[in-house]
Amino acid sequence: MPNLEEILEKYPFVQRDNLIPVLQDIQDEFGYLSEEAIVKVGKYLNLPTVKIYGLATFYHHFRFIAKGKYHIKICNGTSCHVNSNILIINELEKKLGIKDEEITKDGLFSLEETTCMAACGEGPVMAVNDKYFTHLTIEKVAEIIDSYKSMEE
Amino acid sequence: MSEKANFKYKDFLIENVLKLKSDKSEEEVVAKLNLLQRKKINKPVITVSINSSSIILGAQKLKTYIEEYLVDRNIDAEIIPVGSLGLSSLEPVISVQLPGKTRLFYKKVLPENVISILDGSFNNFIQEENILGQLKNDIQDTWEQVPFLDELAYFQNQQRLILKNCGFINPESIEEYIASGGYKSFYKVISKNTPEEVCDIIENSMLRGRGGEGYLTGKKWKIAYETPGDQKYLICNAGESDPGAFMERLLIESDPHKVVEGIAISAYAIGAQKAYIYIESEYKLAIERVKNAITQAREFGLLGHDILESGYNLEIIIKKGAGAYVCGEETALISSLEGKRGRPHSKPPYPATKGLYNQPTVVNNVETLVNVPIIIEKGIEWYKSVGTKDSKGTKVFSISGKVEYNGLVEIEMGTKLRDVIFRVAGGMKNGKRFKAVHIGGPSGGSLTERHLDTLIDYESIMLTGVSLGSSGMVVLDEDNCIIDMVKYFMNFMQKESCGICIPCREGTRRMYEILDNISKRPKDENGHTTLQRFKGVMQLESLAEVLKDTSMCGLGKKASNPVLSTLKWFREEYEEHIFERNCEAGVCQELRTFEIDVDACTGCTLCAKKCPTGAIFGTAKNAHFIVQDKCIGCGICFDTCKFSAIISK
Amino acid sequence: MLIDIEVNNKKIQAKKGETILETLNRNGIKVPTLCRMEGFTPTGACRMCVVEAEGKSGLIPSCSYQIEEPIKIRTHSPRVIQARKMLVELLLSNHPDDCLYCASNGNCQLQDLAVELNIRERRISGEKTKSNLDQSSPGIVKDPAKCILCGRCVRVCEEVLDVSTFDFYKRGNKTAIVTSMNKDLNFSNCINCGQCLLVCPTGALYEKTNLDIVQQMLSNTDVTVIVQYSPSISVSIADELGLRSGKDINGVLNAVLRRIGFNKVFDTSFAADVAIFEQSAELADRIKNDENLPMMSSCCPGWIKHMEQSHPDMIDNVSTTKSPQQILGTLIKSYFAQREDISPEKIFSISIMPCTAKKFEAQREEMTHKGISDIDVVLTTRELLKLVKLYGVDAQSLDEEMPDIPFNTRSSAGKMVSVTGGVAEGVARTLNYHLTGEELSDIKITKLRGFKDRKEVSVKIGKQEIGIAVVSGIKSANKLIAEIREGKSDIHFIEIMACPGGCINGGGQAFNNDEKTLKTRSKTIYDLDDKEAINVAHKNSNLISLYDEFLGEQLSEKCIKLLHTKYSKRDVLL
Repeated sequence: MPNLEEILEKYPFVQRDNLIPVLQDIQDEFGYLSEEAIVKVGKYLNLPTVKIYGLATFYHHFRFIAKGKYHIKICNGTSCHVNSNILIINELEKKLGIKDEEITKDGLFSLEETTCMAACGEGPVMAVNDKYFTHLTIEKVAEIIDSYKSMEE
Repeated sequence: MSEKANFKYKDFLIENVLKLKSDKSEEEVVAKLNLLQRKKINKPVITVSINSSSIILGAQKLKTYIEEYLVDRNIDAEIIPVGSLGLSSLEPVISVQLPGKTRLFYKKVLPENVISILDGSFNNFIQEENILGQLKNDIQDTWEQVPFLDELAYFQNQQRLILKNCGFINPESIEEYIASGGYKSFYKVISKNTPEEVCDIIENSMLRGRGGEGYLTGKKWKIAYETPGDQKYLICNAGESDPGAFMERLLIESDPHKVVEGIAISAYAIGAQKAYIYIESEYKLAIERVKNAITQAREFGLLGHDILESGYNLEIIIKKGAGAYVCGEETALISSLEGKRGRPHSKPPYPATKGLYNQPTVVNNVETLVNVPIIIEKGIEWYKSVGTKDSKGTKVFSISGKVEYNGLVEIEMGTKLRDVIFRVAGGMKNGKRFKAVHIGGPSGGSLTERHLDTLIDYESIMLTGVSLGSSGMVVLDEDNCIIDMVKYFMNFMQKESCGICIPCREGTRRMYEILDNISKRPKDENGHTTLQRFKGVMQLESLAEVLKDTSMCGLGKKASNPVLSTLKWFREEYEEHIFERNCEAGVCQELRTFEIDVDACTGCTLCAKKCPTGAIFGTAKNAHFIVQDKCIGCGICFDTCKFSAIISK
Repeated sequence: MLIDIEVNNKKIQAKKGETILETLNRNGIKVPTLCRMEGFTPTGACRMCVVEAEGKSGLIPSCSYQIEEPIKIRTHSPRVIQARKMLVELLLSNHPDDCLYCASNGNCQLQDLAVELNIRERRISGEKTKSNLDQSSPGIVKDPAKCILCGRCVRVCEEVLDVSTFDFYKRGNKTAIVTSMNKDLNFSNCINCGQCLLVCPTGALYEKTNLDIVQQMLSNTDVTVIVQYSPSISVSIADELGLRSGKDINGVLNAVLRRIGFNKVFDTSFAADVAIFEQSAELADRIKNDENLPMMSSCCPGWIKHMEQSHPDMIDNVSTTKSPQQILGTLIKSYFAQREDISPEKIFSISIMPCTAKKFEAQREEMTHKGISDIDVVLTTRELLKLVKLYGVDAQSLDEEMPDIPFNTRSSAGKMVSVTGGVAEGVARTLNYHLTGEELSDIKITKLRGFKDRKEVSVKIGKQEIGIAVVSGIKSANKLIAEIREGKSDIHFIEIMACPGGCINGGGQAFNNDEKTLKTRSKTIYDLDDKEAINVAHKNSNLISLYDEFLGEQLSEKCIKLLHTKYSKRDVLL
């Protein structure tokens, strides 16, 4: 894993318009933006940390807590919505005890609602890390989560 | 893909196809082009659609299976990735082409079908279950009893200009793109036309911006061209961000070079030497492919310094969005590119005079830009012959919801809404009744059955109170509730508003609450909250109007469109929810009521035990009853009862 | 170039490129605004200033719309009024209904607008944003529930102060204004200057009040309650007390404070003289030894905190002399207590300052010895006004009185410290005395006066050219410090004040801090300098006896112990 400095060095020009790309690179590498990272970026780009924090909280993709071992993305696009994905979201929340942008206490699961994943005919759709699940039902979701849980036991 | 490709035909394509140098015989040129266009091939070619939709359905794995199949049988064939035909719900799609024969397309191919499909194809036997059709080709033998693709209702009723290459050519190969006519328009303008002339051509073609209000693209370009500036910028807005649309995503994944060409011509026309593609960071495959396209174009001298000795320089930079719907608004997008919170700014000044870093900037969306090379190639007159009097060309939609085919469709402007839904998209799924079609996502509006004969063009659609903004088209059937749909968009908007201007930030939130209230059963409501709720309903319309009137940017101005359009066309459904506390579609859970059929109830007590609010009373072996005041309509009892004793009303 | 435009069916002339709002204001038409601030580029965010323009589909914001061609405008049409009203109602729907208990009651632009637009019933209601009251800071309370997200505090803190404590957080219905990483104010880089309070249109930012404890102490006969007031107070509140503005009401103020019930009343100007005297002695030493130059002033606690967190490399350059407030605080509990034979524990020492950072300064660790604080409580100017009302004191009927012995004399230099450039001018005068034993031939250094954010002058003292710089607003300070780091070396003394214009524009002042008021305040102070006989700190008679009787020489061991302090690097998120 490269350290933060190596990521920063890829941006030799201290310009504000590098801010989002820098943060994206950091998040790609570390999974989230830590306070330490924000402070370092601030020093590097000569920006107050509050400006970085303000910017990062504006955009949906930036997160400030680590992802779970299994990061679940559930599509909340229009088509999945009309295919009653709310039942699936409710089931996930119930099953995991967390909501959008949260992580379970044991660090196993984290949940993220996304916009359209481009599989509208197959909704409701979700992804666990890079594995996709389509045509979800309440039962199917429960099974999927249970199977991941049992893998950990 | 990242390793440096070996371009066998680079010189040929640049010299003989783009620059039309005549050092080779016509036969030689045609022969090479036929090979590159796969009209005539020397060994079997198998294509696998690799795009966001197909990957979810296992296309990557499928490709591995096919590779193994070929290795196992020692068959010398090429495997090529392609984008999407647009038929997302039929993914994964593969095609098989044997030398001398037309190309066969198979749909919904699963790993377990691979052997039978390929065995069949190689042995002149068609696997009927998966066959989609064959691609017409005048110099090759056709397959018998296989329909031609363009005879399928899906293709027949479309006019594919933008999507022409999609699903047919390898999006990772610049050679295939040039062989099929690509970059000709770009070379033509930089070698023959001045920027003003290009602006004129586009203005005269009457091309209108596909993203927003349908402003004349050429006019916008001219303003940017004529405004003095140290540097000018072209921004390709591939932010999409409509939560239910995937048009730009699939288009870029399927034909990235066309997007690059569109950007290049447009940048030349406004005098920009730097262009940006603003694309959602989640669109990993699209980013990868467009990045590759830019690298290849640079390799071919089509980007960079002194492009094909024209003296024109252009760099295209990819900027990844970080997830904000509002960044689809051009001034917010510019803030984001500058490394700031994506907040919009009051217009005027417009970006064309004062945009990125305060320089003249043109922001166009992907679909608009892809039209540009087509206009240059086919000419103004031809282009103007497509479409209606004021809306020229075609329109691409990503259609989804309760229709047979989900995916991309491209229709000539002026096509009836009915034809799109019932012919192109195959009509309603599962024989359900059509209820509504929602166009334009959270900023759009819903139309009803009586609008099915409306023509799809800027003016006609505008007359219904809906704008032809984004490309999302979602079809609803009788099982969907309009209030629920609008509530979904309002919820989306209250989260996505940039939060700066009061009407948008506070207004969307209150409108969401009002809608939420009417889709719920009043909970231990006293006189005061009833009054509040009633006042809310009274305010809904005027709130929506004030939002439209006072919001700073397009997002806020259009945020009330779903409410306004449905209040207009689905008023009865609102009234039903408000006055009768009833949701016909049964979507608004909390409005559902349940009763116990005393005769059917065995008194098993299961429902009473499961009821989350303790609304069911009764003793064992005696019929139970539901106290309506306590019931929240969750339906758990209904799902639990093994004796069908619970009746939903 | 002039353009004929039509407003409400009347023809008026607009200057090309001017905003609609500017044109309207010049022509006596008022349009409400919320997010707008004089001197800042408009953001067009609040939409309160919308007007109807012929040919435009939506309403347009008059604050940011520039007039480039003839236009027909209606500023108060039913459509416009309806829209404005709805906007205020929307804000109110997410606002607590506790105006009567609000710190900004009677001084709230949202309240004013609700009245102006005749909002008499709640038509829109709904869930309110949940938020936490942040009382962690000794100076400033942040109540996000009252925040209307106009962003003024963010802009002042960034564009004027260059401190950037606040920014917008998230978006949509979760939008808020937070400090870095959403920490409590006291753990942020906030320097407590209070400029954000001055621009906040509602009660979302206000000073942490200490009135309760002051009242308690006033009724406690067991303790001697002593008050001191900053030199800027007596030139800032004449209006509020119903007196003629533009007058120094020093004498009346003494009487008012005595009527409230304070046992002893002192003018901090005396301590300002002491501060000038010590500081210039320090400077004289540094010049002689050529070390730690340029010396930077230490009277502004906002600047001091900023220095500790952002410029710790400058710690040795900052004068170690305490601020006037802290000097008088120390003297009250030592010299005065001894003299009057009162145990320091039995003294409750209050200071009234135009400043919220002073509240922070008073509770600094270095300002407390053996459990006894130099200053027990700091009140702002605004809190003083409340106190006056609370105790029913009618200032108009009172005669002038003197402050109490032994601190009842001051020079005009001691008064001048409350305006930008004043400290530097006072220091220059006394520095001349320290270095040469003589007085400056021309004591008035006009180049150090006025509201420019940066002033520089070279003064000939003895045979030496002494460079003096004055900056107000942290932004200019940061710039100057950057230059010094890069090698600028012609400066010996820098006066730094966090608030633009100095303490007369402090974050604790009464809310009417417009340019005209500031000019009046400044003029009143400089008039004193012209009128009065004693213009230099070292001629203050009480100061001379203080040193004779108690402190000894300037910079003596006792002086160092009582009147000087130290600074240390502060770790906060910058």
